[in-house]
Amino acid sequence: MQSAYIHIQGLRKSFGEHPILKGVDIAINKGESIAVIGQSGCGKSVLLKHLIRLLEPDEGTVVFDNRDLVWLNTAELVEVRRRFGMLFQSAALFDSLTVEENVGLSLKEQRLLSDSEIHDKVMDKLNMVRLSSAADKYPEELSGGMKKRAGLARAIVNDPDVLLYDEPTTGLDPITADVINDMIVELHKKLNVTSVAVTHDMRSAFKIADRIVMLHDGRVEFDGSPEETRITSNPIVAQFIRGEAQGPIQER
Amino acid sequence: MDLGPAVIGRRGIRFVSTMGGLCLLLGKFVLSLKHIPRSRSVIFQQLYVIGVRSLPLVAVISIFVGAVAAWQAAYQFKFIGAPLRLLGQAVGKAVVIELAPVLSALVVAGRVGAGIAAELGTMRVTEQIDALDAMGINPVRYLVMPRILACLFMMPLLVMFADFIAVAGGLVVSVIGVDVSSETFLNGFKNSFKLSDFINGLIKAGVFGFIIGLVGCYEGFKAEQGAQGVGRATTTSVVISSVLILVFNFIFAVVLFRI
Ligand SMILES: Nc1ncnc2c1ncn2[C@@H]1O[C@H](COP(=O)(O)OP(=O)(O)OP(=O)(O)O)[C@@H](O)[C@H]1O
Ligand SMILES: [Mg+2]
Repeated sequence: MQSAYIHIQGLRKSFGEHPILKGVDIAINKGESIAVIGQSGCGKSVLLKHLIRLLEPDEGTVVFDNRDLVWLNTAELVEVRRRFGMLFQSAALFDSLTVEENVGLSLKEQRLLSDSEIHDKVMDKLNMVRLSSAADKYPEELSGGMKKRAGLARAIVNDPDVLLYDEPTTGLDPITADVINDMIVELHKKLNVTSVAVTHDMRSAFKIADRIVMLHDGRVEFDGSPEETRITSNPIVAQFIRGEAQGPIQER
Repeated sequence: MDLGPAVIGRRGIRFVSTMGGLCLLLGKFVLSLKHIPRSRSVIFQQLYVIGVRSLPLVAVISIFVGAVAAWQAAYQFKFIGAPLRLLGQAVGKAVVIELAPVLSALVVAGRVGAGIAAELGTMRVTEQIDALDAMGINPVRYLVMPRILACLFMMPLLVMFADFIAVAGGLVVSVIGVDVSSETFLNGFKNSFKLSDFINGLIKAGVFGFIIGLVGCYEGFKAEQGAQGVGRATTTSVVISSVLILVFNFIFAVVLFRI
């Protein structure tokens, strides 16, 4: 078997006494667009953070492009992280910086480009997410959808190989959510990236992903194409995608 | 409140882990110092936020600190029958050695230290610190180092300013309330003034500033999720830095001012 681009193997993570991930295995190939679905609090954000070592596994490994993240030194880790772009659940824009400064911060700190080159590149990315008119606004002046788009622009500014999305549509109205979904699909094609989105929004998952992985009780419960997901006889997955209170999944 | 062995044990562990965490952050801070040149603009911004904006508060407390020092000294002098011409000396010594550095540090811990903990704590719970890491920007270099340096450099300047204002406050009270002429007061102050006292006061101030910055950043960085998390970080930072300031102040007294 050819080795996967991102390979998560036997990943375990606990916080204090609470095991959150109890042995997760996912292999992601280059160019795929994956949606990881699961209940609120099941550890989706925790899983995503392991991919760029914002959290470290208690057990198991995360391998990216044939390199085990655990063994990277600081400089190598920075280099690997710059090959990822991440959209955070709350967008995580820096409050004290304008949209343009937020998007350009990473470039500015790398000190490889001149100010005018940075400006051009930032405006290019802001155009891609159709937010160039808000370049001089501060995060508090933006709507939820605009924040996500600013976060998106910031995630793609380094021309990453992998894009990570933490609940890209949560907290948005259905129309704005769909705009973001379209944008994710568009970016996936245009930028030629590998995408990993975690979400509990099934509409979004079906729209953006060509493979769906369900996380349940700290493990991978299901892994298949959107078509397989729709017709699966797995009661847990079926209950989740229909959003029913009755079934094997209990509210937690 | 129950103070069984389990509770004491848990508190003890928390205390040790806080001290360990502070030392770890201190180490990372030292490592980040090599990036001072490229962080100039963030450092200047913090010097302004932390230093200049604290001036009004320090001025107000200093006036009253000097004033009450003069009043209480006069009261004691009457009681033991000491000559009031020594009032300037008593106020000057007390202000320069102890009152200005310690009380300024305590109010700055309440204003600046709490502010740092709240700001960084909010950045932690809204994932802004994760975002920095994700972009390959070292949060210690970008957030912690400028703040600690600003506290370290601004605290002695603030205390210099506080010395001046507090002595002036003492002078006003002596002239108006105790009927000591300003010449007498200032002569007493000048005759007893020692440069080494003044410098020691500023050294203490630098150490206190460092403690305030370090503890504020540490507590902010380890804030837990939710609004309570930030609130707790803020309170804890003020409590820990205040205690550390007073403990270090006592150590300084024993080491610097030999009896
Ligand atoms: N740094 C941390 N320290 C302690 N506990 C944590 C930490 N991060 C996450 N947790 C806990 O891990 C569990 C899973 O969190 P996570 O944020 O991954 O959930 P999620 O699947 O992303 O849910 P949501 O849909 O609500 O975002 C939660 O119970 C949370 O309290
Ligand atoms: Mg989450």
